[in-house]
Amino acid sequence: MDIQFDDGVKRARFPLLAWLTSRQAFWVLLAVVLACIFLSFATNSFATANNIFNVARNFTFVAVIALGMTIVIITGGIDLSVGSVLCLCSMILAVVMHAGYSIEVGIAASLGTALVIGAINGVLIAYLEIPPFVVTLGMLSIARSLAMVASNNTVVFQFGPDHDKLLFLGGGALLFGIANPVIYMLVLALITGFVLHFTRFGRYVFAIGGNEHAAIVTGVPVRRTKVAVYMISALSAGIAGVIETGWLGAVTTNLGAGMELQVIAAAVIGGANLAGGIGTAFGALIGSALIEVIRNSLGLLGISAFWQGTFVGSFIIIAVAFDRIRNWRYPS
Amino acid sequence: MALLELKNVSKHFGAIHALNDVSLTLEPGQVVGLMGDNGAGKSTLAKIVAGNFRPSSGELKMEGRELIMHRPVEARQHGIEIVHQDLALCDNLTAAANVFLGRELRKGVGPLKILDYGTMYRRAGQIFAELRSETRPRDLVRQMSGGQRQAVAIARTRIADARIILMDEPTAAISVRQVAEVLNLIRLLRDRGIAIVLISHRMPDVFTIADRVVVLRRGRKVADKDVAASSPEEVTGLITGAIEHVL
Repeated sequence: MDIQFDDGVKRARFPLLAWLTSRQAFWVLLAVVLACIFLSFATNSFATANNIFNVARNFTFVAVIALGMTIVIITGGIDLSVGSVLCLCSMILAVVMHAGYSIEVGIAASLGTALVIGAINGVLIAYLEIPPFVVTLGMLSIARSLAMVASNNTVVFQFGPDHDKLLFLGGGALLFGIANPVIYMLVLALITGFVLHFTRFGRYVFAIGGNEHAAIVTGVPVRRTKVAVYMISALSAGIAGVIETGWLGAVTTNLGAGMELQVIAAAVIGGANLAGGIGTAFGALIGSALIEVIRNSLGLLGISAFWQGTFVGSFIIIAVAFDRIRNWRYPS
Repeated sequence: MALLELKNVSKHFGAIHALNDVSLTLEPGQVVGLMGDNGAGKSTLAKIVAGNFRPSSGELKMEGRELIMHRPVEARQHGIEIVHQDLALCDNLTAAANVFLGRELRKGVGPLKILDYGTMYRRAGQIFAELRSETRPRDLVRQMSGGQRQAVAIARTRIADARIILMDEPTAAISVRQVAEVLNLIRLLRDRGIAIVLISHRMPDVFTIADRVVVLRRGRKVADKDVAASSPEEVTGLITGAIEHVL
């Protein structure tokens, strides 16, 4: 009772503070900021333009997919196929451009593939009612295998006439020295946030995750919305694949292996609830940023990279435990 | 003329006769208590009126005109609203978002439309005021009491001008004080000329609020009379079969 009373007083006096402290993304942001401040003092190499540029760019690939994953997770679903879809889309782009087609054709083929895969996932989940875990686990295997088929399991590093355009797309810095991928990520995050909060589609996404039965009886087009959600998730993986191909300048068939777990970790650390109904675009970015800052700082502090999994794993558990503790106020 | 009339409605599922030759009328501003044991046909009847099922035989008439519905959405278009037993609320959304769920108001031009938060909050606020409920449009449903949740579910029926409201066990899982709140809500709706079908197991609620009581047993209507002319003892007898029928 004491806690509730204090909380009520705090909320009345500082509504903005109460709102902020109720957001998981806020605490994770705080952790990222504190880590960055600490690293700036503890090392000479963290707060350099070069390192910041690298850190910002490195987490964009995970972050872009985490945006799509967050939407899936809000509906109460999961998409395990994103790492493989990223690989397949990169490979389609590489193979098409290697064959002499323009970058436009390559990107269209790549993102078209992503949408088809997402639609297959979505239809199986929404209309045949197969659990998302199973469908996307199957697709994880299928997409990677198709990438091997498409490339005959070789490395592609020559992208035809538009080779340089592709490398600039992923590796260049168009505005104020900010890496291109970072700009794409910010634009996509703004679009995602807008869609989630200002469109009817976004409202349906939250409703399905909150109470699917209620969504059905109130006339929400649950099935169509779910198909769209898995198409968005696959599309985000496709976009990340195109950008990453441009950055790396080469595509192998093990690109994005295990990435789905990093993406899900980022979404969950950023506040998406695997039970559905809760999640934000901002959280997806912050969660991805935290993982990258941990990775980067371990390297700079001279700690063995083997410890990385321990830190990231601990943060997943801490983030969710934190959420549980805050929710003790509202027993369900 | 009756607002809604069911004429000799039957519903069979294979060999099972869920509903047998039931006729019923609903009048504006009247509360009908629909009672019966489990499996008596209450929910089948409700689902026919709600557009979930089509009757195997018999017909529905709204103000004398034949009413044929294939989907629940069509029932809504005819002004028939249902308050589900589980209330069908999304805990993670605000009261206003739940009230407008599936019927969101939007603003903008052409395909570029965004949710009209301002109007939805305002309209939901007006409906809650009209229902004399303290529910605030911006509060999350997760944090609400049973009575407030019921108010949110009932508020849904007010955004389109409902003429018939089916309420499935609205007082089954809430506290005594909240039951009184819900009965008051039903009175408010009745006073606006809405026909209400109250499906309930609770004898006191039906005898407090209903004008008429209809009893179903094994898919047949065994009673349809003014509450004033009946008694809880009689209705109990009708439900269990101790009294054959009173028509």
